Amino acid sequence: MSQVFVFLEGKDGTLKKGSVELLTWAKTNGLETSAGAIGADAAGLAKQAGAFGAKVAFASTPSAEGYNPEVYVSLLKEMISASGAQIVLANASALAKDAFPRVAARMDSSVASDCTGLKMDGGKLIALKPLYSGKCTAEVEFESGLNIVLMRSNQLPVMDADGSEADVKTIDAPQASGNVTLEKTVQGASNKPDLTEANVIISGGRGMGEAKNFEILEDLAGTLGATVGASRAVVDAGWVPHGMQVGQTGKTVSPSLYIACGISGAIQHMAGMSGSKVIVAINKDADAPIFQKASYGIVGDIFELAGPLKEELSKALN
Amino acid sequence: MKTFVCIKQVPDTETKIQIKGDKSGIEEGSIKWVMNPYDEFAVEEALKLKTTTSDTVVVLSAGPKSRVVDSLRTALAMGADEAVVIDAPETIDCYLAAKLLAETIKKEGDVRMVFTGKLAIDGNGSSVGQMVAEFLEVPHAGVVSKLDFTEGQVVVERDVEGGAKEVFQLKTPCVISANKGLNTPRYASLPGIMKAKKKPLKELTAADLGLNDLMPKMKFKNFELPPEKPPVKMIEGSPQEQAHKLVDLLMNEAKVL
Repeated sequence: MSQVFVFLEGKDGTLKKGSVELLTWAKTNGLETSAGAIGADAAGLAKQAGAFGAKVAFASTPSAEGYNPEVYVSLLKEMISASGAQIVLANASALAKDAFPRVAARMDSSVASDCTGLKMDGGKLIALKPLYSGKCTAEVEFESGLNIVLMRSNQLPVMDADGSEADVKTIDAPQASGNVTLEKTVQGASNKPDLTEANVIISGGRGMGEAKNFEILEDLAGTLGATVGASRAVVDAGWVPHGMQVGQTGKTVSPSLYIACGISGAIQHMAGMSGSKVIVAINKDADAPIFQKASYGIVGDIFELAGPLKEELSKALN
Repeated sequence: MKTFVCIKQVPDTETKIQIKGDKSGIEEGSIKWVMNPYDEFAVEEALKLKTTTSDTVVVLSAGPKSRVVDSLRTALAMGADEAVVIDAPETIDCYLAAKLLAETIKKEGDVRMVFTGKLAIDGNGSSVGQMVAEFLEVPHAGVVSKLDFTEGQVVVERDVEGGAKEVFQLKTPCVISANKGLNTPRYASLPGIMKAKKKPLKELTAADLGLNDLMPKMKFKNFELPPEKPPVKMIEGSPQEQAHKLVDLLMNEAKVL
């Protein structure tokens, strides 16, 4: 019987940083941990979880590739039940946010999504959850059922791998009923991390002038290893797709560094990015509200700054 | 048949959140309540679908009756046919909300489709749609920005990380959670608002649905505003100087590069 179950996600066969954060947290808190992975690389990911304290890890590879909610929910329930854990942790990825509420309902439990902090308090799990898209936070406490928490990445420290391997237990995947079928996955244009996972974000607003000027931000993002975001105004204007919107009706982000270019800082936008560790605001208008939330501010023109900034960044990062 | 839309009433996005003295929640006195923005896409999609299916569009909401009834009226004014309010305390969690909504949908019966918004912008749970689907034992797809209906099935595009899309085929009945981009919600017209006043608005309690225990499984406490940031450091000089200073501060002071 373990105390914590961690759902593992990987990229190119390696555990994602977010999964390592969760395993590290459980180990640091001295909690007996098991883990589980689903997909083509499940066995490999399960084995890796051992290097971060998981003794047992379940792995299942369904016959159909990709995400099938029905198959995943059924497997997750089986893995969690087998682990005996009361605390269930996963990253707030698109997949986990889709599957876990359904797992929760099936297991007579609630679920706290998009949390930014975790602690044990007298044997009870407390999660920190931003509400109103980050305008405030509250502590989540579970009264009954499983404690299912979906954590944003980049919130918790990670430990070094210790070379151990988990005892991998393979679970057969159920047959899909055909009520829901993944027909195909259309890849996005960018292979950069998603805004919700990005460690550095550079965002543009109306001050960018027109759609094609986002190339300037893409160029800087290339140098910085950043993902490009946008304000609602430019999404509504059709300059960039909705997937790039940061804010209350877009994505809530929590990078280490957020650079806002030509964004005035409407309350809805600031709600979505105020969880960033360091905020840089670049705006021509010295009175723009964004400066009140920023760590560093430059009153200036992004078009004049972009060149020198790229040069300085290239120098510093090489 | 019937197409259901689950909606929630939330503070307007312009709202400045203030915390109660005992940190047990937010001050609600001066809040302007509106329909959750993502639920507008859900209502619109149900109304669009109605042109093909001629379904009765039923909007429903679980929450404090006196408050949530306004958003139901808005949905009726947009063109929904009937509304159901399930009176419940503010403290219900996603599990209870989904249970109340699902039990109501079962009671109403004859389900073709259920729409919800992909998340409510107050609790940021993004879970009720999936939970309703589980309680109804039907398939679901979330964060949907495109939907094609043919008799007995829908094909949807679901937005996932990095701008990628997953295309799912689902048999109906099913639950679809709407993302921005699915459609452009209509405004309630003046005649629509007048007509809405005559449309049926049914009131239910949890007890009517056979649910007597409204103890949430999950509670929110110790509400806090985000920590105050230290004052902004303004960087002066020519663009070259500003760029140099900024990169230096990010490297050596903030240590984020």
